Amino acid sequence: MSSTTAARAVPPPKYNYLNAEHGIKSWLLTQDHKRIAILYLISVSIFFMLGGIFAGLIRLELLTPQGDLVSGDTYNRLFTLHGVIMIFFFLIPSIPAVLGNFLVPIMIGAKDLAFPKLNLASWYVYNLAGLLGLYAMVHGGVDTGWTFYAPFSTTYSNSYVVPTALAGFTAGFSSIFTGLNFIVTIHRMRAPGMTWFRMPLFIWSHYATSLIILLGTPVLAISLLLLVLERTLHIGIFDPNLGGDPVLFQHLFWFYSHPAVYIMILPSMGVVSELIAAFSRKRVFGYKFVAFASLAIAVLGFLVWGHHMFTSGQSVYAATVFSVLTMLVAIPSAVKVFNWTATLHRGAISYDTPMLYALGFIGLFTIGGLTGVMLGTLGIDIHVHDTYFVVAHFHYIMVGGAILGYLGGLHYWWPKITGRLYNRFWSQVSAIIIFVGFNLTFFPQFILGFEGMPRRYWSYPPEFQVLNVLSTAGASILGVGLILPLFYFMASLGKKGRWAGPNPWGAVGLEWETSSPPPPHNFLEPPVVTHEAYAYEELHPEPTQKEPYVA
Amino acid sequence: MSVHIEPKRNYFLVFGALLILTALTTWVAYFDFGAWNNVVAMGIAVVKASLVVLIFMHVRHSTPLTKLVVVGALLWLVFMVVLTMNDYATRGLLGVLGK
Amino acid sequence: MPEHHQPGALAHHFETYDQQKEASNLGMWLFLVTEVMFFGGFFLAYIVYRSKFPLDFAYASHELDVTLGTTNTAVLIASSLTMAMAVRSAALAKRKAVVGFLILTMLFGGVFLGIKAHEYHTKWVHHHVPGPHFEWHGEGADPHHAEMFFNFYFGMTGLHAAHMVIGIGLLTWLCFPAWKGRFNEDYHNPVEVVGLYWHFVDIIWIFLFPLLYLIGFHMHGH
Repeated sequence: MSSTTAARAVPPPKYNYLNAEHGIKSWLLTQDHKRIAILYLISVSIFFMLGGIFAGLIRLELLTPQGDLVSGDTYNRLFTLHGVIMIFFFLIPSIPAVLGNFLVPIMIGAKDLAFPKLNLASWYVYNLAGLLGLYAMVHGGVDTGWTFYAPFSTTYSNSYVVPTALAGFTAGFSSIFTGLNFIVTIHRMRAPGMTWFRMPLFIWSHYATSLIILLGTPVLAISLLLLVLERTLHIGIFDPNLGGDPVLFQHLFWFYSHPAVYIMILPSMGVVSELIAAFSRKRVFGYKFVAFASLAIAVLGFLVWGHHMFTSGQSVYAATVFSVLTMLVAIPSAVKVFNWTATLHRGAISYDTPMLYALGFIGLFTIGGLTGVMLGTLGIDIHVHDTYFVVAHFHYIMVGGAILGYLGGLHYWWPKITGRLYNRFWSQVSAIIIFVGFNLTFFPQFILGFEGMPRRYWSYPPEFQVLNVLSTAGASILGVGLILPLFYFMASLGKKGRWAGPNPWGAVGLEWETSSPPPPHNFLEPPVVTHEAYAYEELHPEPTQKEPYVA
Repeated sequence: MSVHIEPKRNYFLVFGALLILTALTTWVAYFDFGAWNNVVAMGIAVVKASLVVLIFMHVRHSTPLTKLVVVGALLWLVFMVVLTMNDYATRGLLGVLGK
Repeated sequence: MPEHHQPGALAHHFETYDQQKEASNLGMWLFLVTEVMFFGGFFLAYIVYRSKFPLDFAYASHELDVTLGTTNTAVLIASSLTMAMAVRSAALAKRKAVVGFLILTMLFGGVFLGIKAHEYHTKWVHHHVPGPHFEWHGEGADPHHAEMFFNFYFGMTGLHAAHMVIGIGLLTWLCFPAWKGRFNEDYHNPVEVVGLYWHFVDIIWIFLFPLLYLIGFHMHGH
């Protein structure tokens, strides 16, 4: 495939998964993993916007020290719903259900996932969960915090705890279906020659993520179920009157919810591995270390949950054990950061939009991760627990890390998924706006937390106002940056959009060896794999057009 | 390809063993072995479960991956129970006020 | 490929029947992993409270009917036998045997649920159902902790029973392709994986029975 000097568009493939069938039924009853990925893209985007609206209202309230925009009760509902939506309906599904669904079969040379019907069911179950959540929201929402701690959630809250808990329970099934599908697919459907150590690191990340999903989500399910049973049938497992211990709820809840943060970050790390390799045009340094680090994160991530409970009443002995184990779990993440950095070293770097996101990820994830180590240190956490320090930490990971990875992945694989190229200028500008807005929003929160501003409070002492105003200003900039992609991505799909060829970035990977968009069964000829994952030095792939963007 | 068909006899043998073990566990509950009560009861349950897993569920003739999955599930259950009981069993241990 | 296979038996995205069968099996085993962790959380809560109030739990447990519990255990074990035979018959393409064993399994399951319903009713009559109507007149146990025991009794056996109902539903669904003779050596995955699910539900009961029914038995040596 020689690179053409003509600025002419590469013609679209005549027969691809988007035009193979027509009509709403062909979408709503599809079993094609690529179409299901797009269905998910639409759903998660809607929930992301809803979660973002709640975030905006929170930041508006926090412009002033007094609680004046909304009542305290309403404020509790705002941050609860922001958390529930963003975690269960955006971060957990996003990369696996959109990018993972689309790419996992293609990257390993399979025709589809192992259980296509289960894949479609996963999307419907997700929407059912969403409807339950919306029902609760419309009727006034829930005020317990996304963590649903007993006994407030079980006994004292007057809000719509049960429908929201059931929404979380149901969303968990959707997640489990996806994870199960990925594990079986990766074990049983790799193309000839695709050995475990030839797989892209994106696959290793999704495999590790799927392990966590399978082992952890059911425990969230039982915690939420027990919560619902206590509230509805008086089966008071956490009821102190019956000898129950509310801290037990926290053990069960965090047994899932800590590994859940790795569900949210591992896929993003997988994306970053792909982007760093592609835009340095080099194999990832220490491939096996990165692959095993993903597995290590999955395993160690299950052994640290008590660090969320340092001040809750667990024994000091247990807290110490959890603190030590927490130090261990930071290590594989650090291994990855060092390996990505080593990959960049002496690479042929280009600053295409996906790369901007990947570089942003590395910096922001490092800050988030290091502050996580601080929080895992028992002595420090006693002082900063439940302050804005924690809020800043997890937003650095979840937004600075997970979301930047998601956006980077969307920008990298958009041409593959849609067959279209998007506008370079606006995509790069958005990335920068997001980076600036994000840091302005959340860096002040580290300081606020350290100075003692509690989280989940609707009013605060006046001396904290300046930093809060900076944070809100940052949030509005971040909001603008996040909305922009909607416009240029939509524009790319329009009549003036340009078609992408099979390999606009000149990258190595099975997904770049098929057309953009791919045919319904992914490949015209079943692939046979003979080279390593990032074999840039052997293959020297050329981009299939001069510019991977539209002017 | 070949499917391993378990001889009917083995299924009936396991069935018989399970019934005997059930009767045994009920009978043994009459007696008080002190701290060993739990060990005996759970020990018998583990033997019964193992028979079901290995023979009825064909794990004896399954792929190494299936066996790994079974072991993995049990291991994770152990992690969850041990690390949680690590809290409950040590409350007050270090003499720190309130914990 | 043998001619007696139905056209749709090998799904389009699989290359061979073997691959399909192994994927199907692995898929169900992975689902069972989630069930282990799901019930596991409940078992964990049981362990926590039983270690806190061992005597109260033992006294409360004594209120359960061990004869019915033992009988139910035997019934479930029998249902596991018939389920294993159903899977075997499916692999041997013995159409009528498959349906027969499936129906027997469902019958045993129904007996189990019937006995359970009877037990629940008895508890209701004796005011042992947790909630506003709970009353404890038994000796030895703190009434609140006794109620906590019954939280576990109803919660865990209820969850188990719900899984059995789903299992019976799955077995009913299997009868249709079984009757049509769809299953043979190459393709009997659905029966095999429902079998795995059913055996798992049996295993949960194998642990529930001694933990709920037998912990107070030795204290009053009948």
